Amino acid sequence: MSEVRYTDQHEWIRLDGDEATVGITKYAAESLGDVVFVELPASGKAVTAGGEAAVVESVKAASDIYAPAGGTVSAANPELEATPSKVNEDPEGEGWFFKLKNVNKDEFGKLMDADAYAKFVEGL
Amino acid sequence: MTDENLRRTPLYALHLELGGKMVPFAGYEMPVQYPAGVLKEHLHTREKAGLFDVSHMGQGFLAGDTAALERVTPADVAGLKDGMQRYGLLLGDTGTILDDFMFSRLAGETDLYLVVNAGTKEADFAHIGEKLKGVATITPRFDRALLALQGPAAAAALERHSPGISDLTFMQVKRTTVAGAPAIISRTGYTGEDGFEISIEGTDAEKVARALLAEAEVLPIGLGARDSLRLEAGLCLYGHDIDDTINPAEASLMWSIGKRRKEAKDFPAGEKIMAGGFAKKLVGIRPEGRAPAREGTEIADKSGRVIGKVTSGGFGPSLNAPLAMGYVETAFAAAGTPVDLMVRGKALPAIVSSMPFVPHNYRRPQK
Repeated sequence: MSEVRYTDQHEWIRLDGDEATVGITKYAAESLGDVVFVELPASGKAVTAGGEAAVVESVKAASDIYAPAGGTVSAANPELEATPSKVNEDPEGEGWFFKLKNVNKDEFGKLMDADAYAKFVEGL
Repeated sequence: MTDENLRRTPLYALHLELGGKMVPFAGYEMPVQYPAGVLKEHLHTREKAGLFDVSHMGQGFLAGDTAALERVTPADVAGLKDGMQRYGLLLGDTGTILDDFMFSRLAGETDLYLVVNAGTKEADFAHIGEKLKGVATITPRFDRALLALQGPAAAAALERHSPGISDLTFMQVKRTTVAGAPAIISRTGYTGEDGFEISIEGTDAEKVARALLAEAEVLPIGLGARDSLRLEAGLCLYGHDIDDTINPAEASLMWSIGKRRKEAKDFPAGEKIMAGGFAKKLVGIRPEGRAPAREGTEIADKSGRVIGKVTSGGFGPSLNAPLAMGYVETAFAAAGTPVDLMVRGKALPAIVSSMPFVPHNYRRPQK
């Protein structure tokens, strides 16, 4: 069973058993505008909660993407190199950024759930 | 600057109605993009036609001895023929660039029509007024609106509202009407595409803009796409690629200096600028990978020594690749020179490139 949580920096993280998938939310993708390049972390890289993990370049600017929870990068989305526009087309699906193993479950548990994130975005 | 101090063009309400995302720019609230987004707006302009509100730019008329404008620009003003527009640089006393601007000699009129950049317009006209004191007077017309209609379908769309306008060729200008409103229209622009710049009374702006937007080929285009279009076309943005620390030789803008002026060297720092031998030069740069290098990115040689800095950089939707402009030490300015761009601590390989990055598509007169 998978569970999705959100950060106030507009990343999402979906935990499936021991592995998590990370991306940016629809709100973030719309704010960034057309994505033209994504710099992804290498497999094996250790990331910390709130630490820089990736960079997304839109037609407007470069933005840092932070790891929602600590862990070790186990995969980066190979599709994004050739088609970074997937981030705009399907930010919370095919436009995922990277996968994590050894996820810090305590940090994951403290993140916003879908309802809390929806309220957070509404208040912006 | 707080929002209350930002000025608005006569099309402000229309921008909001069209869903424009408004941002502060050169003291104005301007649309950076509309719902279509920067990428689509850019590509649409290159394929069909885009309408830009550039009413924030400074328009004015110079009366009197207009050739005296040559005191502050190295462009050939005296030699500009009736019905023609020209690009010029406004130079300070030491030969650095205070602004770049367009000037027009309208057929049968003695005044010169000027268009300068938004962020510098007050200072530009003050400088011109001071340097030409007693011989010519400048009358700002910041109340006028300016629209740019750019792209391969621009002529067909504008012709329906300004019959005969498509007879103009690149850099020609005339007084005419558009959608019934009196206008000064030139076949110019800043996208590299064929197109027109349309100067009208501020009170006519919304009527004219709505008439043009009603044409099937025309979409409204924001500042975001305006920037990527001009960068692909290899055109400088004042305050970024050129400013008052840079001279025309460093900026690779010697083509804007008239032949007669080059020979006479009769402009600010003329001897020095014509002598050349400057340490740095503005060049185009093509990153080899997909990562854009933004303004401020350091440029290094292959040994890691910093040799310059990016002044404009981003992604070119028509090029489908990143692109940049920047200053490098003159020894590295030749097209084809390999360099590195220092992006987030990494050296990304790039090549010094000739400009434009995307070929210009101007309607030049048939020879």
